[in-house]
Amino acid sequence: MNTNSNVYTFIYASVMVIIVAALLSFIALQLQPMQKKNVEIEKKSNILAAIGVASTQDDAEALYKDHVKNSYIATEAGEKTEGDAFTVKMAEEVKKASSERQLPIYECFKNDSTFFVIPLRGKGLWGPVWGYLAFYEDFNTIYGATFDHKGETPGLGADINQDWFEEPFSNKTIFDADGKFVSITTHKGGKGAALAANDTEHGVDAISGGTITCKGLEKMLADCLAPYETYFKKNKK
Amino acid sequence: MASKNIKLLTNPLNLDNPITVQVLGICSALAVTVKLEPAVVLSISVLFVLAFANVIISLLRNTIPSRIRIIVQLVIVAALVIIVDQVLKAFAYSVSKQLSVFVGLIITNCIIMGRLEAFALGNKPFPSLLDGFGNAAGYGMILIIVAFFRELLGSGTLWGFQVIPDSFYEFGYTNNGLMILPPMALIIVGVIIWVQRARTKELIESN
Repeated sequence: MNTNSNVYTFIYASVMVIIVAALLSFIALQLQPMQKKNVEIEKKSNILAAIGVASTQDDAEALYKDHVKNSYIATEAGEKTEGDAFTVKMAEEVKKASSERQLPIYECFKNDSTFFVIPLRGKGLWGPVWGYLAFYEDFNTIYGATFDHKGETPGLGADINQDWFEEPFSNKTIFDADGKFVSITTHKGGKGAALAANDTEHGVDAISGGTITCKGLEKMLADCLAPYETYFKKNKK
Repeated sequence: MASKNIKLLTNPLNLDNPITVQVLGICSALAVTVKLEPAVVLSISVLFVLAFANVIISLLRNTIPSRIRIIVQLVIVAALVIIVDQVLKAFAYSVSKQLSVFVGLIITNCIIMGRLEAFALGNKPFPSLLDGFGNAAGYGMILIIVAFFRELLGSGTLWGFQVIPDSFYEFGYTNNGLMILPPMALIIVGVIIWVQRARTKELIESN
């Protein structure tokens, strides 16, 4: 057979593509439930990380059940509505106007203290960044923070998921002394920049070389926390 | 096994090593060798993709229209890589997150296209399978050696377990942060090439 004729080439290419496409879709469909499960476990593990509970792929679900007792959805007006915060897709919520957003809150217990975990989502330099902030019951002081990203520059912006970047968020406050919402600012200039700018209450050091990622993270914090203001003020202890 | 076939397996480990002799596939050798675990997983993934792609191309070699043979090779490699990626996402999620884009980049790994063009298109399936195993093993071997030194000297751990005792650190030993950065992978690969050329007569160039 002449394997170089045009007809043969076309038929060969078409048949090959159809076979490969069918095979890949079949495999993708078969593996999808397991992949979804993994993504869920990761989310639970992130929420746990915000309250300082380390978990692995295997024990994340059990630990989540132990620590996260309740979750609900707030509105910008400060109302609490019933609903499962876990199913709220942040990527879709942050595109909406803040008055229409569903605002998930996870109520977590650790060592007899209650913490409230708020999910965040925004844009970094190359793609989405996200994270979770855990607040004390005053809805003002941060207990812990965890961030992650899809594809920030390794060694620079990608370091937002490192402990040395996340730890300084602890004990920062998002409201100033007059109760005005100020969010958290990232200060450019390497280690000690927040101290140099005299902003140790609402500021942390940015990552040198990761300015755009840090600015994106800062915008994410402001955007995602602002709609909670009424709810926070109403429910603080 | 015929000695010719054994050569197919052993040559890529030393005399014809894809990384140190042919200098192919360097990119991933730099990127995933900070820790042992991703290096091993990527080596196994490449082994799977290269062995299967070699056999499939070899089986089809008489039917592939020569004008679109590169496209056919790419489709088969890409399909295998997607399968690897999906399986990792389902069964080794944390590793798949670490490797992220590099699994996808197996598609463009020069070793794979190189072996398909140079070997599988002109040889029977069994020798092609051996050739695939041999080259992937040669590639993986270097990856693992590089990762071993980078993880040991850069993080003081192996496979995530601390091997350098705390007492060393108390005496002022510190991990070499440079080891974690990509340039050190190049330097380690360079040292391996140096040692290999010094010890192997066949590789010493005469001039």
